[in-house]
Amino acid sequence: MGTKHTATELEHGHATHHDHAHDHDEHHETFVSKYVFSMDHKMISRQFLITAVIMACVAMTMSVIFRMQLAWPGEKFAFVNALLGDKWAKDGILDPNMYLALVTIHGTIMVFMVLTGGLSGTFANLLIPYQVGARDMASGFLNMLSYWFFFVSSALMLGSCFIEDGPASGGWTVYPPLSALPEAIPGSKLGMTLWLVSMAVFIISSLLGGLNYIITVINLRTKGMKMTRMPLTVWAFLITAILGVLSFPVLFSCALLLIFDRSMGTSFYLSDIYIGGRPLDNVGGSPILFEHLFWFLGHPEVYIVLLPALGITSEVISTMSRKPIFGYRAMIGSMLAIGFLSFIVWGHHMYMTGMNPFLGSVFVFTTLLIAIPSAVKAFNYITTLWKGNVQFTPAMMFSIGLVSSFISGGVTGIILADSALDINVHDTYFVVAHFHIVMGLSAIFGMFAGVYHWFPKMFLRMMNKKLGFLHFWITFISAYGVFFPQHFLGLAGVPRRYYTNSNFPMFDNLVDINEICTAFAIIGAFGQVVFLFNFFYSMFRGEKAPQNPWNSNTLEWTTPVAHIHGNWPGKLPVVHRWAYDYSKPGQEHDFVPQTVPLAEGEHDGGEH
Amino acid sequence: MKLLVLLAIVLLIIAGHQLLRIIELSRGLKKTKEWQLTNSDNNLMGRGMLIFMILFFVFFFWQILRWRERALPSSASEHGFKIDWLWDVNMNYIVIPVFLITNFVLFWFAYKYRGNTNNKATFFAHSNKLEMLWTVIPAVALAFIIIFGLKYWNEIMADASDPNRITVELYAKQFDWTARYAGKDGKLGTTDYRQISGSNSVGMDTSDVLGHDDILVKNEFHIPVGREIELLMRSRDVIHSAYLPHFRAQMNCVPGLVTAFKFKPVKTTEEMRKDPYVIQMMAGINKQREKEGKEPVIFDYLLLCNKICGASHFNMQMNVVVESEKDYNVWLAKQKPVKAMASK
Repeated sequence: MGTKHTATELEHGHATHHDHAHDHDEHHETFVSKYVFSMDHKMISRQFLITAVIMACVAMTMSVIFRMQLAWPGEKFAFVNALLGDKWAKDGILDPNMYLALVTIHGTIMVFMVLTGGLSGTFANLLIPYQVGARDMASGFLNMLSYWFFFVSSALMLGSCFIEDGPASGGWTVYPPLSALPEAIPGSKLGMTLWLVSMAVFIISSLLGGLNYIITVINLRTKGMKMTRMPLTVWAFLITAILGVLSFPVLFSCALLLIFDRSMGTSFYLSDIYIGGRPLDNVGGSPILFEHLFWFLGHPEVYIVLLPALGITSEVISTMSRKPIFGYRAMIGSMLAIGFLSFIVWGHHMYMTGMNPFLGSVFVFTTLLIAIPSAVKAFNYITTLWKGNVQFTPAMMFSIGLVSSFISGGVTGIILADSALDINVHDTYFVVAHFHIVMGLSAIFGMFAGVYHWFPKMFLRMMNKKLGFLHFWITFISAYGVFFPQHFLGLAGVPRRYYTNSNFPMFDNLVDINEICTAFAIIGAFGQVVFLFNFFYSMFRGEKAPQNPWNSNTLEWTTPVAHIHGNWPGKLPVVHRWAYDYSKPGQEHDFVPQTVPLAEGEHDGGEH
Repeated sequence: MKLLVLLAIVLLIIAGHQLLRIIELSRGLKKTKEWQLTNSDNNLMGRGMLIFMILFFVFFFWQILRWRERALPSSASEHGFKIDWLWDVNMNYIVIPVFLITNFVLFWFAYKYRGNTNNKATFFAHSNKLEMLWTVIPAVALAFIIIFGLKYWNEIMADASDPNRITVELYAKQFDWTARYAGKDGKLGTTDYRQISGSNSVGMDTSDVLGHDDILVKNEFHIPVGREIELLMRSRDVIHSAYLPHFRAQMNCVPGLVTAFKFKPVKTTEEMRKDPYVIQMMAGINKQREKEGKEPVIFDYLLLCNKICGASHFNMQMNVVVESEKDYNVWLAKQKPVKAMASK
């Protein structure tokens, strides 16, 4: 097998820095080994991306359906009936159980499949070997498994939408007893089992990927690539992977105990329950235990989603401002601080659960601390723009969009972290607005920035700039249009996950707010068609990419415009400087690739 | 008809394809590539950023002006005033200024430093002074938030201690609420979920005599103004959340646990109905209801479920009536104890 041969060659080649001419023409790969069970990080990255794009389309369509229900409850929509059938949308009116199922699966797909698997899987895979100067991931085989577990997990999650009782519908946080008892909601029958299995498989994928990323960054850096010379993208992926490796196993045990409770009669999460006309035997468990275990992953998960996006934008903002990223070491420090703190803030999701209020106070303190490194990051981004020569590529525009949404969503986090203030907005639309803006929008903007920026490396062609601009403006405007007004729903006291607000007269005057949100959601969804067209069209017919279209410093732009095994023909590049020597005084060009040796008396790392 | 639509789609695809061909052919003739940024791109997009910022801020203030009167009325409970005060201070002095200033600076810099082939960026990699500045300032602001937030949190969440308090148990199940009062002896009877049945809906332990005079009410429960109310919460099946937005009160109802929240109502339902803000708000609500052909409504305090609990989560409600202590006593006297209800 050609690929296997290459893998051993890679390690050897790296260890000794011998000249290994990776003559890729020798390998005659079959369709299966090249496109399906590929062990090449570039192919796996593309597999992750395309899977995530498809999953994102599904989740977005779901959101449009339930947004329409919220704006126009009781209206008949033929297309809803066409998509969901008579059982779940008779005459085109959405069924309340299906509403909850859509909300649940939308959240699950977006958080796990798109923003965890899709974002890390795509860009950590593409960029770690490229940017640290490695020939591939430490283990190509585990990397391949990581993708295929992800694929199975995604397929199971999609498949669960087609079963008789419908998919899981207890919210993406699947709190028991609702998720544990099939009598409580139809979605807690087979749908919930499939959800848990899908999640377990997803966790395996995430762990295989994460371990690989960590080992690759630690072991396979090329000569001269000190940790303090790594691009911030790699730092972000490294910290993300560490967070994932430490927290996903807890979700696994959390899910496993739920599986036990569901199928084997244990009582980890259940106690004193009377349902379906009979008292259950389960005594002594506590749903709050589940919440602790879930959020022990759940909160680091927020940063697993965010950090890669922040890493991508650090790189894009610096490159496109033609300036070094401001405060490189502070950026690393704040990511490390965010990563560490993210493990001790999970309780802020649980202020109102009956958890001891004193414990709540501890989490108020730790949660608000996390605002400090976040603020440092935001200010550093802004300072990077200052006196720059800002090049508005679509990637740069999405990065600026990210900084804006990171701020706008972040500031309301200050409110929600404060337990006393959380009392009245906990689980309302204020929270929905907050986390969609700070986590959802920021991460998806980061992902778009990454796609536009590294498309030439992924597909060797360029995306269309004008369509990119159009896509950015539609997305950016409609994203704020959907989520900003939801703060005001929260201030009026509207709870999350209500099928309709029309059963409470006190919410009747909010109809137009809901209509505005939904109108923007529909516009935003159509805006993504522009992206999809640009993406798939450019993949096959876009203009041919040059080697370094953005005049960037990092190593991936020193590879030839071809997908070859081992990334670099001949020797691996040797690194002489950090990644951010843009517009350095005394240099001929406004960029100095990392492979250029330091001149006599020249300082590295931002000194000059 | 369908055939025509199909034909139109096919023609559109062919036309689109031809158009793309033309674009593809013509781009071979141009010197600059489509993806390369020109000065006019940077000018256009930089101005776009500035225009976006202006529209964004206009949208922001427009929402506040238009929708602030739909926010919940000011607190109807004592501790709620503290929450409202802290909320306003946080929002007006920290959240909104930071949101406006940082977004302004971001978009302004994007516009001001928009790229131009004649410009060169300034090499400015770090500054300990600046970084220290924006580590310390947020830390100071956060210290304020933490200190006040925790002070109020501890006061609000302290165990009910007023000897004169009234204890009401809220019992949640899919999909309604039951309120239980202690009755004449002032003590709630113990419960046992195994004894739940059609006639014992909240699972009272029938062997406990303390519970015999307990009072159960549905759809609506009453509380007197000016007395501390201790809510104890239980759930029969899944997690629910007792949310009383007008009182700034919320607590999850968890099967297997008894959770608690205490508050002191300061305005009766009648007083709220006369509040100018509420009158205006109700006018808006009734205007919308008229449009939809629904009956007009008057203000009521509400208890909502705020934790996803199943298909009818969106419709799990109970009215709360706050009245003078005299009216409350009259109402309570009319309610029948459990024992009497069961023997009927």
